[in-house]
Amino acid sequence: MLLKGRQSWEYDHRPVILGTGTVVGPFEGQGPLSGDFDHIHEELSIGQDSWEKAERALFEEAAQLAAQKAGLSMNQVQFLVAGDLMNQIISSTFAARTLAVPFIGVFGACSTSMLSLAVAAMLVDSGAATYAMAATSSHNASAEKQFRYPTEYGSQKPPTAQFTVTGAGAALLGKTGNGPVVTAATLGKIVDLGVKDPFNMGAAMAPAAVDTIMAHMSDLNRSPDYYDLIVTGDLSKVGYQLALELFAKEGFPIDKTVYGDCGMMIYDYGKQQVQAGASGCACSAVVTYGHLLNRMQRGELKRILVVATGALLSTISYQQGESIPCIAHAVAIESGVN
Amino acid sequence: MAQKKKKSGQGIGLSPQEYQQIAKQAEPKRNVLMNGIRAYLVGGLICAIGQLVQTGFIEWFGFEKKEAGNPTVAVMILLSTILTGLGVYDKIAQWAGAGTSVPVTGFANSMASSAIEHRSEGFVLGVGGKMFKIAGPVIVCGTVAAFFVAIVYMIFHPELAGGGK
Amino acid sequence: MIMDFVWAFLVGGAICLLGQLMMDVFKLTPPYTMSTLVVLGAIVDGLGWYDPLIEFAGAGATVPITSFGNALFHGALQELERNGWVGILTGMFEVTSAGISAAIIFSFLAALVFRPKG
Repeated sequence: MLLKGRQSWEYDHRPVILGTGTVVGPFEGQGPLSGDFDHIHEELSIGQDSWEKAERALFEEAAQLAAQKAGLSMNQVQFLVAGDLMNQIISSTFAARTLAVPFIGVFGACSTSMLSLAVAAMLVDSGAATYAMAATSSHNASAEKQFRYPTEYGSQKPPTAQFTVTGAGAALLGKTGNGPVVTAATLGKIVDLGVKDPFNMGAAMAPAAVDTIMAHMSDLNRSPDYYDLIVTGDLSKVGYQLALELFAKEGFPIDKTVYGDCGMMIYDYGKQQVQAGASGCACSAVVTYGHLLNRMQRGELKRILVVATGALLSTISYQQGESIPCIAHAVAIESGVN
Repeated sequence: MAQKKKKSGQGIGLSPQEYQQIAKQAEPKRNVLMNGIRAYLVGGLICAIGQLVQTGFIEWFGFEKKEAGNPTVAVMILLSTILTGLGVYDKIAQWAGAGTSVPVTGFANSMASSAIEHRSEGFVLGVGGKMFKIAGPVIVCGTVAAFFVAIVYMIFHPELAGGGK
Repeated sequence: MIMDFVWAFLVGGAICLLGQLMMDVFKLTPPYTMSTLVVLGAIVDGLGWYDPLIEFAGAGATVPITSFGNALFHGALQELERNGWVGILTGMFEVTSAGISAAIIFSFLAALVFRPKG
């Protein structure tokens, strides 16, 4: 039975991640995880004449790499489930045009990686697809241009600000094969505790992450020690701290496992000026599909829970004085042979 | 399983006010002193450079003290626009904060950066339509404020309203 | 002459410090900070205090964005004195014309020549 508890799915057929693609920009290539990415670009423009086109190029490359590594071609893939930060998710839609795959567009802001993976896994597990791909992308400059200020504008970022990752991550799922398996997912509710500052998204998103993690354990009747590692997508320093405080207040034993955050892993705080840490759809995607799955392949991790977090504001909602509603989606990935 | 039994969907037991309190305390403290010193130094330096330029216009180009302000501002704007285009201004600004955004160079940077960024949308709607994205509020607020101050001034000096013909 | 530079530095720095405090203590973003300072400039000139500040601090008072507010009011006042109430509208951009024109023209040229570097 696919549905478990209030808001979770347990994938009885354990869809396999047959191939992944992770591509990043130059800044991410200077971070500690550079060895885990398939391709590091040297120019932020990715050889394109606009930031938006650059993001599309990253997306297409990651998707094609994932298919290549799975030994499949894009026309064998039934559905591409994808989204990004751009208005009308144009990075995904324009890339889907090139990839020529039936397209299911989703929007979860920075939670898109796990939202798309959960949906793609559900399609494969239920027999609605033989192969499904989950993908997402983000680009520092396109995100700054849309949400904040022109990239050459001189404004001083506060210490709570986060740095949007330039990159794209894709995962191709199938019913059988060799590779890590997706075993369960919990889809989050929108959680909004009134934080209004778009320069402090970690604080806005932390409650959503905690809410989804608690719901996951409750729905699947698990406790944190079921997993070797639980990571949130991009809470970064400030949000991570708050998540720990919220876990403590709720009496949730997060200390029974190792708890980390992708936004705190991808950059070197000592050498790279990223204030609180990383954000962006690609953050959780490339860290999970690149770094964490590599660790799983080496046998260092057997069961992980990746909880991607997203802030669902728009420039208008913020200017109208609204607070920032957030969401977190969790996917359980285990090493295994199907 | 040693976790508090929670009905799924019950969520976090904190009110928004309680959470915002915690969130405020978790914010890393801004180094107000260092930021203030940097802003003072860079801002003061930019103004000193402006003074240099103005003196230059008076001494070498024969401008009157009253009129030298105009070419001075134009030169400062040109310098700032070039630094913006070279991709240098925003790097200085992360360090200097208000030291770079408060002088008129910051105003020029806001316009030049918007123009450069939105060139991808064409010269009419992109460069033309979005040039005032950040500078617009400054111009509007300044004009409206000056208007109201002038009205109030006129109320206190009613002899001016009729005109000096 | 040296004193001119010193005062320009001291006063200009102080206005920038005020802006920095607005950003750090009152958490205003740059557009809000600049807008507040412009309004302040107009009010201070309305009270007749900005001109003496310029006399004494030179570029320390003309370079910060506050002088933009001062210039807007000044232009309005000049025309008000010459032509009555309609001068408030006709004179507003007289003094700031150089600055705004320069900013528009140079920004346009910059868009022709430069590409954003992220």
